[in-house]
Amino acid sequence: MSEMRSELLVVKGVVKRFGGFTALDGVDLDLKVGERLGLIGPNGSGKSTLVNCICGTLFNDQGSVAFEGEEISRLAAHKRIRRGLARSFQLPKPFATMTVVENLCVPILYAANARPGVVRASPAQAVEQAMEILNKIGLGAKAREMSGGLTQVDMRKLELARAMASRPKLLISDEAMAGLSNSEVDEILELLFAMKEQGIAVIMIEHIMRAVMRFSERVAVLVAGKKIADGDPEEVMRNPEVERAYLGE
Amino acid sequence: MQKMSNKVFIPVVYGVALAFGLLSMLAPNDYFYSAAYTVLLFVILSSAWNILGGYTGYVNFGTAAFFAMGAYTTVAIFKFAPGTPLIVMIIAGMLVAGLTGLGMGALTLRLRGVFFSIATLALSVVMFTFVVNWDYVGGARGAYVIAPRVAPLGFGRYIYFLYAVMIFLSATAMIVARIIETSTIGRGLEAIRDDELAAECCGVPTLRLKLLSTTISGALMGMAGTTYPYFVSYVEPASTFNLSYAVNSIAMPLIGGMTTWVGPLIGAVLLGTVQQVVQVTISSAWNLLIVGVLLVLFVTLAPEGIMGLWYDFRKKQRAKKGAAQ
Ligand SMILES: Nc1ncnc2c1ncn2[C@@H]1O[C@H](COP(=O)(O)OP(=O)(O)OP(=O)(O)O)[C@@H](O)[C@H]1O
Ligand SMILES: [Mg+2]
Repeated sequence: MSEMRSELLVVKGVVKRFGGFTALDGVDLDLKVGERLGLIGPNGSGKSTLVNCICGTLFNDQGSVAFEGEEISRLAAHKRIRRGLARSFQLPKPFATMTVVENLCVPILYAANARPGVVRASPAQAVEQAMEILNKIGLGAKAREMSGGLTQVDMRKLELARAMASRPKLLISDEAMAGLSNSEVDEILELLFAMKEQGIAVIMIEHIMRAVMRFSERVAVLVAGKKIADGDPEEVMRNPEVERAYLGE
Repeated sequence: MQKMSNKVFIPVVYGVALAFGLLSMLAPNDYFYSAAYTVLLFVILSSAWNILGGYTGYVNFGTAAFFAMGAYTTVAIFKFAPGTPLIVMIIAGMLVAGLTGLGMGALTLRLRGVFFSIATLALSVVMFTFVVNWDYVGGARGAYVIAPRVAPLGFGRYIYFLYAVMIFLSATAMIVARIIETSTIGRGLEAIRDDELAAECCGVPTLRLKLLSTTISGALMGMAGTTYPYFVSYVEPASTFNLSYAVNSIAMPLIGGMTTWVGPLIGAVLLGTVQQVVQVTISSAWNLLIVGVLLVLFVTLAPEGIMGLWYDFRKKQRAKKGAAQ
């Protein structure tokens, strides 16, 4: 069946430099509709930089990023999320003076509503939709609290909830589980698994290997700005180059 | 509590403004009108400043430049055709100041925080130099703008007419601020203020909204300046570009509260009135000092302003009620 799925994201030869330092050195990556990919790599290997280049918070210096067959690498970030490309931030970036539910209304009103063919939600409907997502993610009771006062765990959940609120076709979760307890990790995993039923593809960036192995249909490994492995999770983990990269840390 | 819809809010504000104007007819002397004119001027300036500074989080030090754009548009039109109706000057002044705001935004909005603020200050200096060297509007010497002998619409004296116009313009500025605040655009501006990168990643077209914000804010500041030449009759650059416009338009929203349209209104009425009283009883030299002291007090003790204190008070009351039940 999986061969039938069409390409959602195709990243080709992406290079990103910061001054003289090459953070991404010709990275290729592709993803099919609804696919679950684990993206791993040591600290500083360029995972977040790749997310930034895909989502438009940074522009790549060379290479191309195509989403649903269309080149998007020169589009502003707000146009990319409107097409269905959402991300969570590694360091949570809540809209601190808004309540939790208001945080979710922003992507509903600005991203989901701006998508062609989508029935536009009124501000009241946006609140309803936001509450639905918050209840699912376990933040329902805190919906009316100021997001600036949330705990770290809740802020990470809010990051995911806000990304989900834009009704993405691809959600990139950048270390949403760092610092969470085992049961909290499982909670977030369930949420990411549930995306699949909605046909949403997920790229999960994570250091917690247990979560990566459980979640991913495929794993890609980034080391020093280069992709050194990409394929079946078990096989990738047995790859000697990958082992060396991790043991060499 | 259900928020009042703008369909109700607009007639209510104009109604209150009309009632206030009619009540003012009981004023004992002419001094009242000139003092109230100045306070209303600050209501407009601080409401306008707050759209960019409070809602969007970009601190503009260049209020005087936008105010002066409005004032000098009136001077220029007056020089060209003295009989031009005031409404034409108001609209022209808003256009000029709005376009200046758009231009300033395009040039400076990629700057963040204090660098943006410094750029607006620089804009003020550039505009000042430009006007000083523009002979047509009087240059450094200044220019006289004489009000018509007969005020339009049967107002009798021109100061009454100016005062009525200012009430109407203040109400309009508050309505514009309220509409932005309660709309999706307001939500987007708020997102930009809290975290611009996250806003962009939530689909907010940050650059476009910031340009909208500088344009509207600039146009309203310019609007405040358009009637000023008739009020003072003699316009010269040093007083039109006075530092007090920038300081007051920042201090007033800060003291009143920056998150809603009410804050700038409260701040302007409070600070404006205090300054008018001090000017008569002591000396105008004390004005900026008083603003400075109040500013420091609020920034340290109540950074959310008077409205912030009010919300806290309401929250505690509600908590008490909840505990009692
Ligand atoms: N804006 C920037 N300017 C300069 N260097 C940067 C910038 N962003 C990232 N880098 C550098 O690029 C490299 C890759 O960083 P990146 O954040 O992508 O790594 P990562 O794989 O996400 O690491 P982690 O697992 O710690 O999150 C690092 O060496 C980092 O210091
Ligand atoms: Mg990272």
